[in-house]
Amino acid sequence: MSNAAPTATAPHAHEPGHAPDGHSHDHHDHHAPQSFFQKYLFSTDHKMIAQQYMWTGVAMALIGGFLAYAFRMQLAFPDKWIPGYGYMSSLEYNTAVTNHGTIMIFWFAMPVLIAAFGNLLIPLMIGCDDMVFPRINRLSYQIFLLSAIILISSFFVKGGGFNGAWTAYPPLSANAEYNMAGTGSTLWVLAVALEFVAFLLGGINFITTAMSARAPGMRLWDMPLVVWMIVIASILFMASVGPLIAGAVMLLFDQNFGTFFFNPERGGDPVLWQHLFWFFGHPEVYVVLLPAMGMSGDIIAVFSRKKIFAYKTLLYTVFATGIISFFVWAHHQFIAGIDPRMANIFTVTTLIISVPIAEMCFLFIATLYGGSIRLTVPMLWALSFVAEFLLGGVTGIFLGASGADIYFHDTYFVIAHFHYTFVPIAVIGFFMGFTFWFPKMYGKMLNETLGKIHFWITILGFNMIFIPLFFTGMWGDHRRIYNYSHFPELHRVALQDLRIVATVGLLIMISAQAIFLFNVIKTFRAKQENPGPNPWHSNTLDWSAPSPPPHGNFAELPTVFRGPYEYSHPERESDFWPQNEPPPGSST
Amino acid sequence: MPDGMAPTPTRAPVQRAPFDAAVFGVVVFITTELMFFAGLLSAYNIARGRVPMSIWPPPDQPRLPIESTAVNSSFLLVSGVLIWLAVRSLRGRSSSALRLAVAGWLAGALFVGLQGREWVSLLAQGLTMQKSTHASFFYLIVGTHGLHAVGGLLALGWVVQRLMRGTATLSQLRAASVFWAFVVLIWPMIYVMVYLG
Repeated sequence: MSNAAPTATAPHAHEPGHAPDGHSHDHHDHHAPQSFFQKYLFSTDHKMIAQQYMWTGVAMALIGGFLAYAFRMQLAFPDKWIPGYGYMSSLEYNTAVTNHGTIMIFWFAMPVLIAAFGNLLIPLMIGCDDMVFPRINRLSYQIFLLSAIILISSFFVKGGGFNGAWTAYPPLSANAEYNMAGTGSTLWVLAVALEFVAFLLGGINFITTAMSARAPGMRLWDMPLVVWMIVIASILFMASVGPLIAGAVMLLFDQNFGTFFFNPERGGDPVLWQHLFWFFGHPEVYVVLLPAMGMSGDIIAVFSRKKIFAYKTLLYTVFATGIISFFVWAHHQFIAGIDPRMANIFTVTTLIISVPIAEMCFLFIATLYGGSIRLTVPMLWALSFVAEFLLGGVTGIFLGASGADIYFHDTYFVIAHFHYTFVPIAVIGFFMGFTFWFPKMYGKMLNETLGKIHFWITILGFNMIFIPLFFTGMWGDHRRIYNYSHFPELHRVALQDLRIVATVGLLIMISAQAIFLFNVIKTFRAKQENPGPNPWHSNTLDWSAPSPPPHGNFAELPTVFRGPYEYSHPERESDFWPQNEPPPGSST
Repeated sequence: MPDGMAPTPTRAPVQRAPFDAAVFGVVVFITTELMFFAGLLSAYNIARGRVPMSIWPPPDQPRLPIESTAVNSSFLLVSGVLIWLAVRSLRGRSSSALRLAVAGWLAGALFVGLQGREWVSLLAQGLTMQKSTHASFFYLIVGTHGLHAVGGLLALGWVVQRLMRGTATLSQLRAASVFWAFVVLIWPMIYVMVYLG
């Protein structure tokens, strides 16, 4: 609209229609000096909100990691004193595993992968100045922060934090007589419900922004994979979370108001909760998977200097995954007493959903084939994401088959399986995105050598934790036992040794994060020349903005002329072709 | 526009905004709401399927007021039509938009008030949430819908208040009316399943 004063005001050419209540303009007065709170707590700038989500998520991951450390130590060295924690009771053990799961999924994977990278990347990659609803965006983070505070405070109320496992199956979760944590359980449900509200608001923003505020010339098929995938993940989340919110409300009533929705003695149905929970819970896996998949796709294309192999097919597989993910939930309930005929159907759908996911992995491999691969740190993370996630996917086949699941259900095999999906998604996904977009976010480059050391030690530690757990699971380790010495058939030297190996792996993985923190802090403190807007020679629009992008992102809003993956074009000198570079011979 | 600077167009403005972002955002939100009610109603149906038809609703508890609720529902439906007409007349720049919106708001508020009175009388007859699974679901589902109706009325009231001052945009009324349409259209399903079921 205006390029007379390109930096004075965030341009508004793409602001579609009207903000819902006409107040979307408040994020423009960026010349006024801002107080600490205005800048870091009450900002409506999508990049600041991304930072807030990211660092809150990382802080929560540290808490979740500490809980994992505590209960893994208890498992490896039963009833011994745990450095930094003390002695662990069975009740505390259950609280630790419950909140480890809850935090890592809802307060680390979700905020970092969807909220942080969604907020950071969607406006930058589609070439607009901010989200369509900036104030809703800010509200989203504030509610999320509140939910995190409520969850943490639940550890300190009478009876301790919730201990009914992150899946919160009734009657254990519904009745304080069973879980001995009345207030803690209520706070837990409340925190989870608030957290969903936060992501609901975020999801509305992501979908609406990507659909209505794209730069001129950018068709839907010109959007980078990660934008597509975050949008589809948001749609999955919005469509699946409703039944779980319904279940959460019912659970809250059961806990506090004496109803009995899930109490079979009085006409309720405990399996009903499982249906409501997993109807959300399974799409949720894909909600966090897809953004990580999208990031890895983008990174693999950049560092193999090749077009994404079969971009559209890749997106079709994503659509297929999204649709099928709504028809697999009961594979979590094979031994909960569901009809075996229904179990058969869900076995088939579960096996079917592995097809599009495998297709995605093959397309990434095909992208790598013949490329000029550069093994930078982000590329290592992206490749390891595909490799490790594949292990999680393959072991999922055993669990998805209703016959095999009768044996594997609730063993450490399940634990190892879903950690081979969730650790690549959350941990590797975070490092992949963080190291790749670090120059964009902060205008500095991380140290590659330190990054590689961190990468290899983390990967080593991660595999060392969970490969042994596949074996203990196959030998029958039940997942909810806090001290195996009470069970003579499981308390064998060989099994205990494997448990100790897993715990040592965890210690290695946790201590590797010190290298990461050191690298980040060192980079922040060092005086370093700005590497320029596009250090990786990438095509997408985010790399045409200055690093770090100012308020309003672009000096002049970009126009898009081509798709996001035009690498190594035969008729060009340079091996990349930014989306916003005018075609040769055009007048501009 | 920056202060004191005339716009200098560099290329023809690109025609964008194929749809209204506010309305689209509300539609996305309604997807979630729809699934939320779908969750509640399927839970209700699962619970109902567990017991013989003869004891659903349990014979010893007060009967739900089917007839008076049908009358109340008509107010809600009328309100939905009035709000829809208000949007139409605002789009046609007709002056009747404010009157229609106020009438629609009042009809909606009447529905909420009458339903609230019904609850009070049911509670007085001893039908509490802890009475039976049927009663729990009744209060949960109807109460959830009531909260949504109140939320919709707040949104509409905000738009009406802006219409009075002449500052309301079509987009705002539309966004509120789309949500109100959801509140109105989900109600017959609830009525059929919970009251008649």
